[in-house]
Amino acid sequence: MGTLTFIGMGLYDEKGISLRGLEAARSAHTVMLEGYTNLMPGLRLDALEALLGKMPLLLSRGAVEDGGEILRAAEERDVAFLVAGDPFIATTHVDLRLRAARRGIRVEVVNAPSIISVAPGAAGLQNYKFGKSATITFPPPQSDVPYDTLKMNRAAGLHTLFFLDLRAEEGQFMTANEGLRLLLDAERRRGEGAFAPGTLSVAIARAGGPEQLVRAGTAEALSGESFGKPPHSLIIPGRLHFMESDALVAFAGADRALVRGCE
Amino acid sequence: MPKYKQTDEIIKLMSNKQNVRNIGTLAHVDHGKTTLSDSLLAGAGLISQKIAAQALALDYVEIEQLRQMTVKAANVSLLHEKDGQSFVINLVDTPGHVDFTGHVTRSLRVMDGGIVVVDSVEGIMTQTETVLRQAMDEKVKPLLYINKVDRLIKELRLSPQEVLERLLKIIRDFNALLDSYADPEFKEKWKVNPNKGQVAFGSALHKWGFTLPIIQAKGWKFSDIVDSYNKGEIERLQKEFPLHIAILDMAADHIPNPVEAQAYRIPKIWKGDVQSPIGKAMCECDENGPLVICVNKVIVDPHAGPVVTGRVFSGTIHEGEQVYGLMSKAEGRVQQVSLYMGPYREICPMMLAGNIVALLGLDNARSGETLVRPADKDAMHPFEKMKYISDPVVNTAIEPKYSRDLPKLIDALHKMAIEDPTLTVKINQETGEYLIAGMGSLHLEIALWDLKQRTGGIEITTTPPIVVYRESLTGRGGPYEGKSPNKHNRLYVYVEPLNEQTIQLIQSGQVHDDQETKERVKILREQAGWDNDEAKGIWAIDTFVNVFVDATKGLQYIREIKDTIIQAFRLDVAEGPLAKEPIRGLKVKLTDANVHEDTAHRGPGQIMPAIRDAIFQGFLSCNPILLEPIMKLDMKVPQEFLGGVTRIVAGKRGKIISMDQVGNTPVMHLVSELPVSETFDLSDQLRSATAGKAFWGTEFARWAPVPSSLLVETVRKIRERKGLSPNPPRPEEFMSM
Repeated sequence: MGTLTFIGMGLYDEKGISLRGLEAARSAHTVMLEGYTNLMPGLRLDALEALLGKMPLLLSRGAVEDGGEILRAAEERDVAFLVAGDPFIATTHVDLRLRAARRGIRVEVVNAPSIISVAPGAAGLQNYKFGKSATITFPPPQSDVPYDTLKMNRAAGLHTLFFLDLRAEEGQFMTANEGLRLLLDAERRRGEGAFAPGTLSVAIARAGGPEQLVRAGTAEALSGESFGKPPHSLIIPGRLHFMESDALVAFAGADRALVRGCE
Repeated sequence: MPKYKQTDEIIKLMSNKQNVRNIGTLAHVDHGKTTLSDSLLAGAGLISQKIAAQALALDYVEIEQLRQMTVKAANVSLLHEKDGQSFVINLVDTPGHVDFTGHVTRSLRVMDGGIVVVDSVEGIMTQTETVLRQAMDEKVKPLLYINKVDRLIKELRLSPQEVLERLLKIIRDFNALLDSYADPEFKEKWKVNPNKGQVAFGSALHKWGFTLPIIQAKGWKFSDIVDSYNKGEIERLQKEFPLHIAILDMAADHIPNPVEAQAYRIPKIWKGDVQSPIGKAMCECDENGPLVICVNKVIVDPHAGPVVTGRVFSGTIHEGEQVYGLMSKAEGRVQQVSLYMGPYREICPMMLAGNIVALLGLDNARSGETLVRPADKDAMHPFEKMKYISDPVVNTAIEPKYSRDLPKLIDALHKMAIEDPTLTVKINQETGEYLIAGMGSLHLEIALWDLKQRTGGIEITTTPPIVVYRESLTGRGGPYEGKSPNKHNRLYVYVEPLNEQTIQLIQSGQVHDDQETKERVKILREQAGWDNDEAKGIWAIDTFVNVFVDATKGLQYIREIKDTIIQAFRLDVAEGPLAKEPIRGLKVKLTDANVHEDTAHRGPGQIMPAIRDAIFQGFLSCNPILLEPIMKLDMKVPQEFLGGVTRIVAGKRGKIISMDQVGNTPVMHLVSELPVSETFDLSDQLRSATAGKAFWGTEFARWAPVPSSLLVETVRKIRERKGLSPNPPRPEEFMSM
């Protein structure tokens, strides 16, 4: 019986792996990488191979969800499973861990930064003021969940972090512009006042890497800007602490009067 | 020679709705429908009288002449003078072969009256009954024409009294059918009475015919006709009693004009609100009302492209007008408005309500389409979904011998699929071959012939015809669990067979997808024993006759995955787990679900496999069976060959349903049922066993379980043909770890 080590890779490239993770991957018999998380914009496979001293096995989304291949391998030998971000933020991996436990496979975890910590920090927003997060998915159908989540959080003065849909295997990534447009569409459809063209919004692109970009402004203004290559995410702030206001002005180019209005 | 000058006159007359009639002919195969249509055309002066009986002007596809059978419906406008008045008779020709009842149904929709043609020797046959029943469904008033009366005199050598008795029996049988199938309000009204001129007698081949009022007016008696015929005075009969006069008189006197007809037909054949402005305009056949055209047929003209034929139920259609198709959801410009005169189309600037029209320029319209002005597209309820009686049951894979011919083949198949909605054409994605599916082996045979003609005789290779099966189940059970691949969603279903009443209601189109829930619930509760709440929860009724019911109560997010579930259900029942044949008669009930709150974790890629696993696991656990198409064989055979025929039927797993003597003749009327899979060499065998002296017709009868002794072997054969592993999957294979 081997050990299955879930190793977080962080958000940008192969250098996001921790020293502990690197050691575990180097010593493992087999290294597997979820192939559909090529949302790490700086990741290069040859660089990763050079770093690990072996070629990781690329797994499709189907293979990761099915899990059979990973678990069978880990029943016999040590397997390092490389995951974008922090391993258990991707909820599928929790199921894999449960099944590994049921089969008596030893599980170890090496953590790494996740969008959940990096995005708020990049915008200078305070972690304890975030409400529920949600994914804005490609329509159709237009889901009501993002709007419902936003409405609930804003009613409580909380910030909302939105993940934007990606279909990596089809090369489709939702841009922040499209996410904002879908929220505006939802407002038009629902008309419950949770969002408007003038609502303060924050777009974050390529979070956690050297090309990270953070922009704050009205939804309308941001919709017209270009944020470059994916991945993107969005934060719709609730009520701001004065330090959060200062940070948005300093780090994200927000208009002073706009953020003041949100304090 | 065609009398083109009649066209102007006809257009003028078409605005006088009191004098317009929309009729068609209905008959058992070979009872002489086409010969009758031809006589009518000859009478209207379109083609010379001499060649009328031979030329079969309506059958302008060569194959139809060869088979002496009209495969495709065509429309023609005729002018008829009676008592100093001019009538326009729009004649919709309908096919006589029951394999093509899809055509019949669509033709019926656009006509108000039907001339039912019955062979005097054979009498009422199964297909006569079938088409009459369909006519009653569409509220088409029937009149009777008894054809081939000369055969009674010449072949059977019956006395005038015996001839009369034979004819009266056919009239009684006909009226008995009206008793069984007509709506109560029409039962008595529509019964035919020869003394009132509601029955015509004659010989379409020899172009003479009469009604009792016609001969009485000339001072003849029935026996005089028999005498005259016996004396060989055929030309005299033709001159005194031209057949077209008898038929067209009958139509003018006894078929309602479009204003009268639409008043009672629209509320029955159209499901919209008859009190709405559009509904009122249609009931009144108002040429100034909103435009409504119901398309009964589309043929592809090699030069002009699709020719869309249909009835104007309300309003007036002009050349150059924009129209919107409610079925295709597409707008188009009418480039040309025309009317048919046999195979000829005559261009006219406009056409008024109550008439039949041919339109050019509408590439998206198909048979069954409802056309309106773009402004009315939201106000108009489309004509109900067309009800087809049969499903395609046989198919064959085709490919050109030389790949350079592929574009020609594809083009021809495309046109054929437009013209014949009962012919299904699809591409097998894995093998790249084209599959065509039809209503019977004869239908396919004709389609392949047609294909050769259209492609200029390119060489085509075909696989032996393949019978289409259905998968079904006899047990019930649940809950069966389906998990999404990411394991974040769990769905629970029960499966069970639909009861026979429900299957019938769906099959006949009385219960369908685009129906108001309230109406559907009422029908299912009262006629099929459904529980009220369950019927209310119906999400989908698919065309293979399966129903998906949502039986969950107030579950979160279920509304957001509803469309995905329905889509998955339709895909799953189209290819069942036993042998990837369509499922029939399955009810799936969703009883519980755990759905992840974040949209990204419950996309189609997650929900569709979950619902499939749950359905297939249940289906395979509840005694799955295979259904095979059964065909009805209706034949007249001389007694001496009866033994040979019954042996053939028995050798093909067939069953004799009934066997009666035909009158006092040495001919037997044999009705039997056979599995379609056994019928490919049936024609040849029957011909050789009866020295060619038997006449028969076939039609689809029903789906029946493959006998359990043959089940495993049949499933294995289908799977191997499709390149699947020989054994069907076990239920456990649809359970996730």
